[in-house]
Amino acid sequence: MADSLNRFWQELQFYWGDISYLTVQHLQIVAVSGVLAIAIALPLGVWMSRPANQRYAMASMQVLNVGQAIPKLALLALAMSLIGVGSGAAIIGLFVATLLPVAVNTCEGLRAVPQHLVEAAEAMGMTPRETLWKVEIPNALNVIFAGIRTALAINVGTAPLAFLVGGGGLGELIFTGIDLNDFGMMLAGAVATALLAIAVDLGCGVIQHIAVSRGLRMAGRQ
Amino acid sequence: METLRFIQENGGLISLLLGQHLLIVAIAVGLAILTGVSVGVAISQHPRTRRWVLAFAAVLMTIPSAALFGLMIPVLSQIGYGIGVVPAVIALFLYAQLPIIRNTTTAISNIDPALREAAIGMGMSTGQRLRKVELPVAVPLIMAGVRMATVINIGIAAIAAYIGAGGLGSLIIRGIAQSDTRQLLAGAIVISVIAIAADYALYGLQRLLTPNGLNKNKLATGRMKEVTT
Amino acid sequence: MIQIENLNKQFGAVTAVEDVSFNVEEGQICVLLGPSGCGKTTTLKMINRLITPTSGTIRINGRDTSELDSVTLKRSIGYVIQQVGLFPNMTVEENICVVPDLLGWDKSKSRKRAGELLEVVALDPAKFLKRYPCELSGGQQQRIGVARALAADPPVMLMDEPFGAIDPINREVIQDEFRRIQRLVNKTVLFVSHDIDEAVKMADCVALFHNGKIQQFGSSDDLLARPNSEFVANFMGGDRIMKRLRLLRAADVLSKIAPRQHMQIVGSSSGIAAHSHLIVKPGDDLRQVLSQLLGRGQDWALCNDCDGRFIGYVHQADILARLVQNITPAVH
Repeated sequence: MADSLNRFWQELQFYWGDISYLTVQHLQIVAVSGVLAIAIALPLGVWMSRPANQRYAMASMQVLNVGQAIPKLALLALAMSLIGVGSGAAIIGLFVATLLPVAVNTCEGLRAVPQHLVEAAEAMGMTPRETLWKVEIPNALNVIFAGIRTALAINVGTAPLAFLVGGGGLGELIFTGIDLNDFGMMLAGAVATALLAIAVDLGCGVIQHIAVSRGLRMAGRQ
Repeated sequence: METLRFIQENGGLISLLLGQHLLIVAIAVGLAILTGVSVGVAISQHPRTRRWVLAFAAVLMTIPSAALFGLMIPVLSQIGYGIGVVPAVIALFLYAQLPIIRNTTTAISNIDPALREAAIGMGMSTGQRLRKVELPVAVPLIMAGVRMATVINIGIAAIAAYIGAGGLGSLIIRGIAQSDTRQLLAGAIVISVIAIAADYALYGLQRLLTPNGLNKNKLATGRMKEVTT
Repeated sequence: MIQIENLNKQFGAVTAVEDVSFNVEEGQICVLLGPSGCGKTTTLKMINRLITPTSGTIRINGRDTSELDSVTLKRSIGYVIQQVGLFPNMTVEENICVVPDLLGWDKSKSRKRAGELLEVVALDPAKFLKRYPCELSGGQQQRIGVARALAADPPVMLMDEPFGAIDPINREVIQDEFRRIQRLVNKTVLFVSHDIDEAVKMADCVALFHNGKIQQFGSSDDLLARPNSEFVANFMGGDRIMKRLRLLRAADVLSKIAPRQHMQIVGSSSGIAAHSHLIVKPGDDLRQVLSQLLGRGQDWALCNDCDGRFIGYVHQADILARLVQNITPAVH
């Protein structure tokens, strides 16, 4: 046991150069697709939640929900068939996968804000925009963050597959390791990927803790 | 298109792969329901254990499936089941835990306390209460968890093709390896269709199992709210 | 102060409010009373234009409100609802300062005012300013709702069944509190209620609504003693004459005529039949006085001022006579 751990540690050091390079590549793909997806999904979610857009929202939601069911590998493969091998396909595939939970949760979170709060805001003389930013979004933030966290978890979790469509990243270690039956390589890739995923999730948790009002946190605990 | 012709011509192969695919998903989800619902029910009475179990399952969920395979193979190779169906089913089983456990325990914990008190007041034992009152009310949300787990599993089973578990992922792998767009697309499209179909079918089942009085839980999107904590 | 002229509201084919006109003087509390669906809430909401009138004029301080844009109008009118609507993501201080912030007030000025307003509603600023709504009881939340409505010092306050969600005992307390506060800040208040007792207690004037029209407009006493229709008489209750008691005080029926059993009482009443006869103060609610007299089986009570000096008698007979004074006799 100690022997194999020792061996593992040595192999890890052996692959360190690869690991750091691939990690950077991995993070780039995650960052680009993730940030892009969140930047588009948040406004989309807000748009879908407005009462005026009710009908289109329902249709959009159906499409998004269907999209979420599609296996991520298939998404990447479809992206690859469209624009060819490379990190572009990976980014597009990951973008779509990340988009859906954020948009859905943003919309649901905003819709779930108690109606009487919105009425009170209107009655006090807030414009619709002021109501959105001062009342609706802060009160929906917990659900919105849950969506972002889920989406990023999906993103980071699917990112290893980027290797399969030529996008590089830590998946290289895992899948090449599987092909070559090289446990060291496999583990190096697996551990790095897992740690990265956990780190991203924890990071989101911290940001959520800072961003969400203390009052809501207390209310949630009751 | 070429791909459609490919699908038509290779119907036999595709059906075989589909069968393999659905089989491992079915086994994994089936087992997961047994363990997940039991655990979910058990921890719903103990808030502290509940938090730990949910946190553990959530961490498990965070681990990318490729990474989980990467971790399991060296370990399972020691007992000769490094690649193939076994590690695939195990991985799928593990990934199905969180949605099912979380939805089960949330559904039971969120049951109107008045309902629980009425049941106890009527003299039901814990077992009877769970069976006759709480579980029936919790079933819709549990089904939502099963649905989520199934869809996730269909996706991960595709990746499992890489460790020799068979299934529709094989088409995608071969398509990439041989630069054959037809196989690639055939695999991607069939698996997408299956996943969407399973999602809808299970949603229908979920609606069917929802006691009529509970349908107000439906949101404007037409779907039951899925638990996202 | 507030002039409503020929206000109408139609929702499609349904007429919710029909030809409503009434005036409210400055510093008065006017209760819009009526059963569910009678148009009182719709009327209230037309004043700050949460609902747009189909036709009619609303003037506040002589100015036609349709000249103002909707947002400015709302920021100049305080609004309190039944669910309070305190924003859970903001502290009490931030909640109170919402409208001042929207209006661009100086932050230090508005924060200071928040503290002052908390004292007006009888809550300790040191304890409450930094709390969140989820940490407060229903009654505390409602008080802060009132403080929030007063923050920008609006001339008018609109209240939509604000105390409906509070349990009956605390409701009495907060109603009294609110009257005290209103006297202090001298705001003109329009108050929607379906509770007659609440209306009788709080109102300087009452507008009783039925099917979108005002059935009767006047003081609480006007409606109790001189209902102008069967509907009003029934709505005010079979015991409406008795309800007048709540509007009367011992001082209103004070008499110097001594009852036969009790002559020559001068000076302090301490030691003179203090144990056997009821002593009341001039400000005492006659309903309580009558109830106590009946409970003791007595016909009269002594009335002392707050220094304990005797100032007169209160006779049961006088109370009853006063009750039926100036009423339109019931014909049903």
